[in-house]
Amino acid sequence: MLILDKLRLLGQVGLELLMSLGRSGLFLTQLLIRKPQFKRSFPLLIEQLYFIGVLSLVIIALSGLFIGMVVGLQGYNTLNGFGASEQLGQLVALSVVRELGPVVTALLFAGRAGSALTAEVGLMKSTEQLASMEMMGVDPLWRVIAPRFWGGFIAMPLLMVIFSAVAIWGGYLVGVVWLGVDGGTFWSAMQATVNFNDVVNGIIKSIVFGGVVTWIAVFQGYDTVPTAQGIGLATTRTVVYSSLAVLGLDFILTAVMMGGW
Amino acid sequence: MSNLVNIQGLYFNRSGRTIFSDIDLNISRGKITAIMGPSGCGKTTLLRLIGGQLKPKRGSIYVDGQLINRLPRTRLYEIRRKMGVLFQSGALFTNINVFENIAFPLREHTELADFMIRDIVLMKLQSVGLRGAKNLMPNQLSGGMARRVALARAIALDPELIMYDEPFTGLDPIARGVIVKLVSDLNQALGITTILVSHDVKEALSIADYIYVIASGKIIGQGAPEKLREDKNPEVQQFLRGLPDGVVPFHYPAIDYTQDLLS
Amino acid sequence: MSERIIVIWVGLFMLFGILALLTLAFKVSGLSSAIGNDGYNLTAAFDNVGGLKVRSPVSLAGVHIGEVSAIKLDNVQFKAIVTLKIDPKYQQLPIDTSASILTQGLLGANYINLTPGFAHTVLKNGGIVQDTHPALILEDLIGQLIFSLKSPGGKK
Repeated sequence: MLILDKLRLLGQVGLELLMSLGRSGLFLTQLLIRKPQFKRSFPLLIEQLYFIGVLSLVIIALSGLFIGMVVGLQGYNTLNGFGASEQLGQLVALSVVRELGPVVTALLFAGRAGSALTAEVGLMKSTEQLASMEMMGVDPLWRVIAPRFWGGFIAMPLLMVIFSAVAIWGGYLVGVVWLGVDGGTFWSAMQATVNFNDVVNGIIKSIVFGGVVTWIAVFQGYDTVPTAQGIGLATTRTVVYSSLAVLGLDFILTAVMMGGW
Repeated sequence: MSNLVNIQGLYFNRSGRTIFSDIDLNISRGKITAIMGPSGCGKTTLLRLIGGQLKPKRGSIYVDGQLINRLPRTRLYEIRRKMGVLFQSGALFTNINVFENIAFPLREHTELADFMIRDIVLMKLQSVGLRGAKNLMPNQLSGGMARRVALARAIALDPELIMYDEPFTGLDPIARGVIVKLVSDLNQALGITTILVSHDVKEALSIADYIYVIASGKIIGQGAPEKLREDKNPEVQQFLRGLPDGVVPFHYPAIDYTQDLLS
Repeated sequence: MSERIIVIWVGLFMLFGILALLTLAFKVSGLSSAIGNDGYNLTAAFDNVGGLKVRSPVSLAGVHIGEVSAIKLDNVQFKAIVTLKIDPKYQQLPIDTSASILTQGLLGANYINLTPGFAHTVLKNGGIVQDTHPALILEDLIGQLIFSLKSPGGKK
């Protein structure tokens, strides 16, 4: 009997997840079909770009620097064993531009901006601010949710690009300035191997990640049980689901981009 | 039409529970109508149904001649401009100050110049007695003050209908007195049709023109305050007088006492 | 927070983003030549360029002085014609300079190594490097090794 109970529980959880997925899909469609009123919504978008993008700059830039330096250090140690330390430039650049840039930026974004968005929207829901806005004849999806969604969507690729540039510079700092790899070779080997195509692929990845993470963050806030405990759970869910989604999508996108699938 | 709101044959469930079954309700123009009943009887849900935030399972809800539960979204949003709602928590926007909160509906729905908006906001604040608080942030306000600001915001566009969700709950006697006075004055001075959802019997009876008592999904009593006080229905009497035991029993259903102790 | 300050910060944010993108485009992926357009060109013909690519570095005495800007096949002589773009700082390459294709480290990428000669006249824009050594092809080496191992007493 215990097994049957467990199965029923599993089925229930599965059903819950499915319904939640369905709600989030409907939510996204409703969000996207809103007619944008540019004059009104533009200042809201700018405001959100500030809160989501500008305030994440410090953590993104610092993380970029550290990661670039670590890759530079680890890369140098490994390559040196083969006598191939001149390859450091392209090692750092490829790792950062293709994978670390989009993925790490997305994970950090989910943790910092994503959870903040969920908490903010969730709080507005639980204090009935969204309901009262609706009753005043202002659509909260347009006024509150949409600017946040588009803000995250736009901010993420920008953050990724900044992260990547800082990370590569961090690799340069460690490899060339501190460990003595030849500067000219560092950059020219990099330029020989890295195509602009790689950069574009990285940007595409981060655009996709930006959309998905912001969608999850905003939906979790909107859908939350309107209590303090509910908001806490929703924030956790945002970080967990976003991270899983980013890593999963990264694999799929990489497979598609590397060709052959 | 003498009824601003007209509800016929309303059925509504939520999570398997029947909230309303076959309710008929009328709200007269320009009058204060109170909707009362024990907690959880669906009073707030009724306000949301009237405002179109929820759709009934069956039945029709007419507001100013429009069938609310069938309106397309844009029309619904338009008609909401004629309604003001005061939520139980006030629901002020926490990231902007008092002035901006009240200016919000004006900025969203009108093209008025800034100086005109300023004048209107100051007038609304004056009518609730909080003109001096215009630069405070919502987290600096007491419960009563927050509710008054929310009231000023609800009347910013001079609505025809205003709905109060438990406006007296949780306030000290002075604050409560202030709200009672404001509700009554606004109705008299501006002729706003008022729906008052409350379980504060004394306050509601003191200002309402007509009362509906709802319990277990049905209307168990209705009428003008004096008439309702004489109502023979024991459930209505238990509610109005606040008797701890009666139609609604004191004891939550349980097995026999001796049995429970001995087992 | 004043609206103006917010707009300024967002503007800066976008500016950083654009700068970073430009960095990635040009410095990292080499979208356009890092040397710029005022380098001068030399050509060299090789029997085999191995893994040499466009943008591969050109070094002299271990110092990076330019890069490969084009690799074409000569249909008459069936040799690879490589165009080298040299930084204008280095104008004194003698005309008997030789070019060989070496590997960085053991497994690394190919690059062109220039060894200067002793002539007095120098190479100018459009000049041809006459003395070239092709890339070392691993398979050929292994073939030679196997051949010499197979016939130890043989061709002495």
